[in-house]
Amino acid sequence: MSNVKHFTNGLVKENPTLVLLIGMCPVLAVSTSAFNGIGMGLATTFVLAMSNMVIAMIKNLVPNKVRIPIFVVVIASFVTIVQMVMEAFVPGLYKALGVFVPLIVVNCIILARAEAFAQKNTVMASIMDGLGMGLGFTFALTILGAIREMLGNGSIFNFRFVSADANTILIFILSPGAFIALGYMIAIFNRLKKK
Amino acid sequence: MEYIIIFISAVFVNNIVLAKFLGICAFLGVSNRVGTAAGMAAAVTFVMVLSTIVTYLLQKFVLDPFNIGFMQTIVFILVIAALVQMVEMILKKISPSLYQALGIFLPLITTNCAVLGISILTIQNDYNLLQGIVFTASNALGFGLAIIVFAGLRERLELQTVPKGMDGFPISLIMAGILSMAFMGFSGIV
Repeated sequence: MSNVKHFTNGLVKENPTLVLLIGMCPVLAVSTSAFNGIGMGLATTFVLAMSNMVIAMIKNLVPNKVRIPIFVVVIASFVTIVQMVMEAFVPGLYKALGVFVPLIVVNCIILARAEAFAQKNTVMASIMDGLGMGLGFTFALTILGAIREMLGNGSIFNFRFVSADANTILIFILSPGAFIALGYMIAIFNRLKKK
Repeated sequence: MEYIIIFISAVFVNNIVLAKFLGICAFLGVSNRVGTAAGMAAAVTFVMVLSTIVTYLLQKFVLDPFNIGFMQTIVFILVIAALVQMVEMILKKISPSLYQALGIFLPLITTNCAVLGISILTIQNDYNLLQGIVFTASNALGFGLAIIVFAGLRERLELQTVPKGMDGFPISLIMAGILSMAFMGFSGIV
């Protein structure tokens, strides 16, 4: 597969959130608004692409038995970088995402791609794969965040488009709404893919 | 008294899976049968309490005094990974039957967001060690409650006919949403 194919793979055909169904923890918690969704998605994309790159670079130097802890340290280092940058430049977003920023390190997508892909492919292919998967994840997160924000808050990217005292479907901003919105989104995506 | 509040809040009001969204991967992946769900809950409880104790002590005696708080993520996840390895080895030696029962779940717990999440939350909530242990154990119990109830629901679901597009994950997610709504009813207690 060419490198471009690796990139587009993660966007639709093997979208981690809607097809592979991995890395679900942050999806439900963070998608309360479209902006949070994009912020979390881009942070994860950065960690995913960078750690894929480093792991592809060091894959021949790593003894097989201790590879998981080494991968985890690489990923954790990039997550720490993202944490510090976020806290400094977008503190509002950092507070909104809360405990889920450090939890990027245990996001199943990153370790799964490191194991399944970066370990066995070239550096360039791994970067493309990381970017593709990360952007696919961002895409799903943003759409889900936008749906929940529109239905539950009457706004999109903090731009309110209903009147101040209109009734919104509040449940979508709360916990149950996350499950229900994601469930329907996956069902609709499955239907679209079948066509 | 405050321990009871921590307990009720962690198990029912702010349930770790249904309200805090930690441990979703395990929740959705392992809850096919009540038996496996119970096994996973036991393993998670064990690892969670152990790792919170160790990470708490590390935070208070190493990270804070030397002012290297930014190393928290790296140190915590390494501790959890190492702990899980150790627990696996010890369990294999002293209780092979329990090791067999927990089986594949133990290595899976390393990447369980719940374990790392609760360790970090214990520090963020500024608990002392005993409050932290109660907090963690209660959250683990809440996880077990949610996953076992959900497994029971999923077993019932297998006997129903579901529209083809909704089969599998989507219908499970919607069921989890309704379960989460039910738990929201507890929010007036504390």
